[in-house]
Amino acid sequence: MSKELIRLANCTMAFDDEVVLDNIDLSIRDKEFLTLLGPSGCGKTTTLRIIGGFQTPTSGDLLFDGVRINAVPPYKRTINTVFQKYALFPHLNVYENIAFGLRIPKTDEKGKKLKLTEEEIDQRVTEMLEVVNLRGFEKRHISQLSGGQQQRVAIARALVNRPKVLLLDEPLGALDLKLRKDMQNELKRIQQAMEITFVYVTHDQEEALAMSDTVVVMDKGKIQQIGSPEDIYNEPKNAFVADFIGESNIIDGIMRADGVVEIFNRRFQCLDGGFAPDEAVDVVIRPEDVDIVPVDQGQLKGTVTNVTFKGMQYDIIVDFYGFKWLIQTTDLSPVGSLIGIKIDPDGIHVMKKSEYSGMFGDYSSYSEEYEEISDATFDPEDADQEGGDEE
Amino acid sequence: MSLKQRPSIWGRLFMGLVFLFLYAPIFVLIVFSFNNSKSRTVWNGFTLNWYVELFRDSQIMNSLYTTLLVALLSAVIATIAGTFASIGFYNMKRRWRDPLMTVNNIPMMNADIVTGVSLCLFFVAAFAGWNGFVKWMESTYRLTAPRLSLGFGTLLIAHISFNIPYVILSVMPKLRQMDKNLIDAAQDLGCTWMQAFWKVVVPEIKPGIINGMLIAFTMSVDDFVISYFTAGAKTSTLAMTIYGMAKRRISPKMNAVSTLLFVTVLILLIIVNVRQAHQEKAMAKQKK
Amino acid sequence: MKSKRSLLATPYVIWMALFTVIPILMMVVYAFTQEIVVDAETGEKAVRFTLNNFAQMGAYTVVFLRSFKLALVSTAVCLLIGYPVAYLMAKEGPQFQKIAMALIMLPMWMNFLLRTYAWMSILENTGLLNRLFKAIGLIDLVNHIMGTNLQFFPMINTQGAVVLGMVYNYLPFMILPIYSVIVKLDNSLLEAAQDLGAGSSRVFRKIILPLSLPGVLSGITMVFVPAVSTFAISRLLGGNNLMLLGNLIEMQFVGTAYNPHLGSAISLVMMVVVVICMAVMNRFGEGEEQAVIL
Repeated sequence: MSKELIRLANCTMAFDDEVVLDNIDLSIRDKEFLTLLGPSGCGKTTTLRIIGGFQTPTSGDLLFDGVRINAVPPYKRTINTVFQKYALFPHLNVYENIAFGLRIPKTDEKGKKLKLTEEEIDQRVTEMLEVVNLRGFEKRHISQLSGGQQQRVAIARALVNRPKVLLLDEPLGALDLKLRKDMQNELKRIQQAMEITFVYVTHDQEEALAMSDTVVVMDKGKIQQIGSPEDIYNEPKNAFVADFIGESNIIDGIMRADGVVEIFNRRFQCLDGGFAPDEAVDVVIRPEDVDIVPVDQGQLKGTVTNVTFKGMQYDIIVDFYGFKWLIQTTDLSPVGSLIGIKIDPDGIHVMKKSEYSGMFGDYSSYSEEYEEISDATFDPEDADQEGGDEE
Repeated sequence: MSLKQRPSIWGRLFMGLVFLFLYAPIFVLIVFSFNNSKSRTVWNGFTLNWYVELFRDSQIMNSLYTTLLVALLSAVIATIAGTFASIGFYNMKRRWRDPLMTVNNIPMMNADIVTGVSLCLFFVAAFAGWNGFVKWMESTYRLTAPRLSLGFGTLLIAHISFNIPYVILSVMPKLRQMDKNLIDAAQDLGCTWMQAFWKVVVPEIKPGIINGMLIAFTMSVDDFVISYFTAGAKTSTLAMTIYGMAKRRISPKMNAVSTLLFVTVLILLIIVNVRQAHQEKAMAKQKK
Repeated sequence: MKSKRSLLATPYVIWMALFTVIPILMMVVYAFTQEIVVDAETGEKAVRFTLNNFAQMGAYTVVFLRSFKLALVSTAVCLLIGYPVAYLMAKEGPQFQKIAMALIMLPMWMNFLLRTYAWMSILENTGLLNRLFKAIGLIDLVNHIMGTNLQFFPMINTQGAVVLGMVYNYLPFMILPIYSVIVKLDNSLLEAAQDLGAGSSRVFRKIILPLSLPGVLSGITMVFVPAVSTFAISRLLGGNNLMLLGNLIEMQFVGTAYNPHLGSAISLVMMVVVVICMAVMNRFGEGEEQAVIL
């Protein structure tokens, strides 16, 4: 495991009365791809800006390679940033934008001033243009570039300085889907090739899971969970993380014993343990972990209320004792049918109750949405003739 | 050093000095408007005499009245004309609009004196022609019509002419910023174009219209050169009166006028700002 | 539909033709013509095409040069003072900015002649400044050092006074366009520059300065044009002997030497010079729009 490069120790950021970051403790390792993930306002961008030097924490320390750098201005840090709206200099062309940082004389550890020659600058800029696939664009003006091209110039401009850490503030937000996916692969490739630490901010959980070594889930200024993408997905720590990442059915349950959890008055086998006997817990079951079986073989029985074809699978809303679940399956079960379900022990994940319990409800709103969509083809003139079965 | 860092003490000092420079002469004017002597430079005690004298001085009062009347009229007329012109331009094809806008910008770009001189030539020539025609009419048909010469009318026309471009300059960007779909949406919901205009377009461009009117009024009050060449012998704006008096002795009545103008504008400014602050507070409360 | 609505502009187009285009055309015509006595006996006059007016202008080269010199000096001073003020204002918070803007614009609502008149009482030989200098013994000091016998410093009726008047009147027109450009600069550009290693000085030189140039050009235009064509300031603060282009033109129309043809010729030349300056500015600058709208 590589060494710890950046450390935020008990950092709090408050503006007047508003607390944006609440006692954050975060460790970022050298050469890793770490993503700060969360909804708007959770504090992820603020954290990034603290690392970059554009904001100073109200309290707490920021350590870089063991040295406290709270007061060090951005131009003295070996950290570079890719800004959300790229912040390319409009009066300079592509070449000069990228060369901007290289033209600034830097002082090395002994205090000597280093200045790059014109040839060296040219070589590094050309090299970087190659890396981001913009060879030949040197003389272009920023206004002539597409969004994706501007993006790549922004990345090149930051990376050409060979920083130890690259900060990226939701860089792919303005791109369309296909381009975004391509860029995600590109960024991952560059990060691994150049062996630079990437600290990436996004609210798109798919993006975070696809690119990161480590994911930090944040909400309301606090870190909710840190872990690898698999850990975050398979073993969310609380209802917020479970709901934010992927789709999940979150159900109230009671832990009867290690490996045994009870929901809807039925006991299920699971793999979690370490809870107090009869402790109230949140149970997470992912829609794709539910198998549909004939009614008599099922652990639970329910009625299908909606079926929506999604291409890869069907989204089926099933009503279990008043609680609506989302099940993703390739088996089609028609609306109104009674079905049974079976869940493997590793498909059940138990979490401690938290402030987020009960906040996310069930899939009734999805159910209504799907009803409206399917009703869109419904001719109101036929309403009288249909004999509705309300059950 | 982001643009968010407040300037240093030296920066603030420098700004303070510049503001002092801007206001020192005005304060001198104000102070000596209360001076109990004819001198504009030696203090001799406090008096309101000059204000009284000012109101008795018909020449100054008339020119003040003329200035304000012309400013008000030309601002209002220019605003209405300019707004409709802006809408017309907005709906025009580029081919027509660009050259017309260039012509529109001429009065703004030209030195005042060129505008003033050209208008003077135009009016004099036009009136010479008209008066010649009237003379001929009188001698031939014994019908008479008023003879025209430079005066309030030409002054007003001149002010309207140089005000309209400022109004257009203020309104057009607002028009461009406006979502084109708004009018379509209104019509889709049943409005005629006229109704859509009043209900949708005008509220959107209102800030531009008001701003334009304010700028027009300001430019009008501030003008000297164009008025000088187009007002003729009998009509006079405040600026022209001062210029005429400057060659002889200027009495502290001028100081009194300056003070009154300054205080009026200051009070207006304060009222507007306080109202704005109140509105903002009310809106902020609503959001919470 | 659309083209019908564009007819709304027609009244104004007619107005423009009448009161903007025709007057200027007339001025051009006057510049190229002259009234000549055709018949010595009847004193009959006729209008002839001529370039004589322009030739006559040659006698006034001094005036041209003086006007340009003073206008350039005033513009330079306005720039030297105005740029820092605009920059410092842009760094302040929104409250300060609103008040500062109002303070700068407030004098513009008092008539420009009144503002110029104010300086007279300050600069006069028996004016405030001279009284102050006398009171603190500055005049005696200078007399002592230089061996002169001054009663006062002659400040009014000098070229310096005219420059002072111009700077005073036109400074806001330099400050406001520059300010409006700098204040709209994207803050993330500055952060990006710092992120890449630029300290305060470099950020200013490489980012803020180049990007503020449109405002600077606007400001220069808005100061130079009125400065080169003024006549009120030169009359009030420069006295009867300090003749500038504006005074020259004024004399042709209002003074005893009534010669609208010569006056038109000079005005035409001035207009052409201004148009050339504008064309150059417009290629690089943002134009007056921003300045006026603020």
